[in-house]
Amino acid sequence: MKRKKKEKPVQFISNDGKHSYRYEGNTLHLNGQLKLVESGRLARNVLRKLSALNPSSLTLNLDRLEDIDSSGVMALHFVKDKLSEKGTHVEVEGGSEEVRKKMELFGHKAIEKVTRPPHRSYPEVLGAQVQRFFLTYAYGFLLLAANVFYWSLADLFNTKSRRKGEFVNQAVLIGVNASLIVLFMSFVIGLVLAMHSSGQLRLFGANIFIVDLTVIAVMSQMGPLITAILVAGRSGSAIAAEIATMKVTAELDALKTMGLDPIRFVVVPKLYAALLTMPFLIIIANVSGIFGGGVAAYVYLDITPEIFINRMRDVMQGKDLLTAFVKSQVYASIIVLTGTFYGFRVAHSAEGVGKVTTIAVVVSISLVILADSILGLIFY
Amino acid sequence: MQLQKVVEVKGLTASFDDKEVLSDVSFSANKGEVTVILGGSGSGKTTVLRHLLGLLTLHQGQISVLGKDIGTLTEDEQRDLYLKLGVFYQSGALLNSLTVGENVGLPLVQHSRIPRELIEEIVTMKLGLVNLEYAYHLYPSQLSGGMLKRAALARAIAMDPPLLFCDEPGAGLDPVSLESLDHLILNLKSLLGMSVVLVTHEVASIMRVADRVVFLEEGKTVFEGSLEKALKSEEPGVKAFFSVLKTQKDKNL
Repeated sequence: MKRKKKEKPVQFISNDGKHSYRYEGNTLHLNGQLKLVESGRLARNVLRKLSALNPSSLTLNLDRLEDIDSSGVMALHFVKDKLSEKGTHVEVEGGSEEVRKKMELFGHKAIEKVTRPPHRSYPEVLGAQVQRFFLTYAYGFLLLAANVFYWSLADLFNTKSRRKGEFVNQAVLIGVNASLIVLFMSFVIGLVLAMHSSGQLRLFGANIFIVDLTVIAVMSQMGPLITAILVAGRSGSAIAAEIATMKVTAELDALKTMGLDPIRFVVVPKLYAALLTMPFLIIIANVSGIFGGGVAAYVYLDITPEIFINRMRDVMQGKDLLTAFVKSQVYASIIVLTGTFYGFRVAHSAEGVGKVTTIAVVVSISLVILADSILGLIFY
Repeated sequence: MQLQKVVEVKGLTASFDDKEVLSDVSFSANKGEVTVILGGSGSGKTTVLRHLLGLLTLHQGQISVLGKDIGTLTEDEQRDLYLKLGVFYQSGALLNSLTVGENVGLPLVQHSRIPRELIEEIVTMKLGLVNLEYAYHLYPSQLSGGMLKRAALARAIAMDPPLLFCDEPGAGLDPVSLESLDHLILNLKSLLGMSVVLVTHEVASIMRVADRVVFLEEGKTVFEGSLEKALKSEEPGVKAFFSVLKTQKDKNL
């Protein structure tokens, strides 16, 4: 019974508004238009019905097809291919001249699917990453650092083609404009630090040690670190964005072809500005951090400013100032170099600028913290 | 035969910050024709195009695209209209996070229920039309300028739109690539009955593709008519524009 049914002229009609299919005697008549919407139906529903019937041969009759677009042509080829795979012999017949022409234009000139490049194995990817890290990042960073430091020294002695006025400009941008936020943030941190410690110290009756704690913590750790993080967030990102934008808009190339070294012209003034202003920012941070601690000590432990200052004289050492200075120079270099490095690495698109700016901030803050712990061990 | 109008602009006036950039611009584009909007830099070509696409709010004047009045469209109607328009942007404007193939297939995936496999074939075919099959799995950032343009054109025609807008397709293309792009546009026009509105100032390209020319100068339409008429026009701006051709000929002699 079932076998017989296969050979019989089976009939189904599928109708969807502007298009209908009539299947009769192994011929599928297409009526109306075959465009984007109809092609979807042809390639899904009608194909499913036809495959279920699995005829030995099939003719696609286009005589009554009024309009077809590229997706329609592709859908016809798609149906043809799918059924051919199952062993059905498919033919296309009829069609107006226009339909024929379009069939040819969007023809099936052996569409070769481009295969996606194969995925690499995990160890291979890992190896490539490690290699990339050393060759591109570590090597590139060192190269840039060497270049920047060379020019920063050369610039000191060769005043002839130095960029005029930019150093002051950058010093204001990187240093002066950051002073208020540094002042405020350090005050808050000093205050909170002392406030939290005060409870513990009171338990042991070691109230006076709040001074030691505040001064040491702020001078050797908190002040420089807070400053560096704020500067990295403010200026590190600005440096990366500025250089990246200059690269995308070919300004760096323009500088080069005007005989100006981009590193000397753009980076060196920033480095000078950061190196000069960072120590002052750290001084601001230290003073206001200790002041914050002093406020907390007075409020929570009744240590008067007089006692606080007297004790502070004993706690503070000349070494602390040296530490703060060394740190300021190291952090300033890290921030400027990281911003510059990622700025130069931008891909040639506007999208890349945002990306490198984000990475520059994350990396410079991480490097600053790393450097802080190393310097902390050295100056302990 | 009555020519059907696909684009009709009447009295379009637009200003940015009190500065009038378009004043009383009127022109129309016919079905099945290539209409070139041309004019010098700053003549308001791109502003006109952005108004046609509904990207700028219409304050004064009347614009109808494919018989729909742009000023009065609801959001849904506007979206339906967008599905019938192909737009080719000067910069390519391909999405950077998707491959070229995904870019071209994006409107198909979003607006139809065609199976993936078939979409991939359609995309490959469209990329084939612009000779870019091999770029299917590449990202836009890996393409050269000319390739980007072709990929952008493939995306613009992904849905077989009856009306195609092109914003300076020639910018940054070499003459040979531009010629093949022009031929492609002509092919699309003749075979799909696609109407094209082209903003450009490439004279060579205009000579090849234009049926109708609209010339803008300082925000005003100074000429509208067939290419033949434009070549004979006595309007100083138009004359100066096409005189470039003459100097080229003189050099050859």
